[in-house]
Amino acid sequence: MDTPIIEFDRVSKIYSSGGGPITALHDVSLRIAAGEFVALIGPSGCGKSTLMRLIGDLEQPSGGSVRVKSKTPEQARRDRDYGIVFQAPVLYDWRTVSRNVELPLEIMGRPKEQRRERALSLLRLVGLGDFADAYPHQLSGGMQQRAAIARALSFEPSILLMDEPFGALDEITRERMQLELLNIWSGANPRPTVIFVTHSIPEAVFLADRVVVMSPRPGRVQRVIPVDLSRPRTYETREDPRFFALVTEVRECLRTAE
Amino acid sequence: MRATTIRQQISTPARVGGWLRAFWPPLLTFLLVIGLWEAAVRGLSIPLYLLPAPSQIVATFMERPGYLLRIGLATLSNALAGCAIGCTLGALVAALCVRWPIAADGIVPLAVAASAVPIIALAPLMGIWLGSISPASKIGVVAVMTFFPTLVSVYRGLISPRADALLLMRSYAAPPRDVFTRLRAPAALPFFFSALRVCTTLSMIGAVVAEFFGGPQNALGVYIKTQAGILRTREAWSAILVACLLGLAFYLLVLVAERIAMPWRKEQ
Repeated sequence: MDTPIIEFDRVSKIYSSGGGPITALHDVSLRIAAGEFVALIGPSGCGKSTLMRLIGDLEQPSGGSVRVKSKTPEQARRDRDYGIVFQAPVLYDWRTVSRNVELPLEIMGRPKEQRRERALSLLRLVGLGDFADAYPHQLSGGMQQRAAIARALSFEPSILLMDEPFGALDEITRERMQLELLNIWSGANPRPTVIFVTHSIPEAVFLADRVVVMSPRPGRVQRVIPVDLSRPRTYETREDPRFFALVTEVRECLRTAE
Repeated sequence: MRATTIRQQISTPARVGGWLRAFWPPLLTFLLVIGLWEAAVRGLSIPLYLLPAPSQIVATFMERPGYLLRIGLATLSNALAGCAIGCTLGALVAALCVRWPIAADGIVPLAVAASAVPIIALAPLMGIWLGSISPASKIGVVAVMTFFPTLVSVYRGLISPRADALLLMRSYAAPPRDVFTRLRAPAALPFFFSALRVCTTLSMIGAVVAEFFGGPQNALGVYIKTQAGILRTREAWSAILVACLLGLAFYLLVLVAERIAMPWRKEQ
């Protein structure tokens, strides 16, 4: 691997709680290459969201080191190296869809016309071109999450952090969104590195180049499974025998992890 | 399909229907109560000094509408000034409490308690402190009455953004100023307006009642108290009518401001 864009070196994270310290992550080492799509999967309490938040400097490690683009996560955050998408869309309901997408650009002080132009082109990319001036509450859950993805991409970050972004959507919308996310990702130039936290095994296999299987108590990396399905992935990918084989492999791995 | 068309399809008939449905029942009830009142006063021959009929009250008002409105506006301007001072200070202190959580720990629980206290009881003392004739004592009462509910409500609004919304700001490395102006303040706007609605009624009450304890001749509270004192009930009622109308107008003004300030809430 060339110089990794994200590097975890023997990282641990311990929370103090009323009942004594809780080890959320134990001795995690992981390297992620630029442009890679990595899915983090594991049962609740395996620390997959914590791992993602360490990259984003939304939490700090208790031990070991995290490097993002060869910098501290804090420096990477200050350099606006990543965009983030949560499980809830977290759109600000007093802003139109377009102005939600413009929010990071406003904070970064980009000129108004440029912001609007960028927002409109991104909204077209995620299929919301006609909804630029609507308010979030006028959109369905799936549409809101698409707007949140557009917002995360608005300032062209080199890393995209996604914390169960499709977890609240119904299965049909979810499969469509997975396909759209891959289209957006492969259409972006340069391709961002994606860290995608999920509970869903088929989702992880369908999207990722590598699936990082994590185990709980204490959270650690059980195994990293490379996904050798060809791209672009389509609806047919889900019917590929290799897809089933990989899903089974991840499932087996999760079972032994318990 | 365009968003605007969807919006219109959903809400235009609903809005008109909603207005009609919302508007007629209270209007009918109001007319019914007025009618019963009128009938009762006439049918039971209730003496004028006890309770005049609505028609008599309106007739009395029509004898000198200019004067009554003028003294009404004098009282309303005290209410407006006091409300503006109280609400502005309340919102400012709420913002300071968010900036310095230590201050919030001390101030907010006290403000919650103070919101439940009948501050109007301060009115006679305000007369001693700020002069019983001068408008300052009325404005003072209203300012104190509106300060606490605004402080509590705006503070709740400013801390209402969820953890994710704040983490999003952190992910953009947004400076505190941006977190305040682009997240906390707009999130607090609905809380501010609901406080303001309560404060409009509070401030009319405060301004009128404060004048019961003294004030210039040309003031609504003074007029009501004087007329009632010499059993000129019709005159007192005509001034009460003016107080009601001006209070309603003030309230509607706030509703309109609310609609303009928060266009995203129109259809919620």
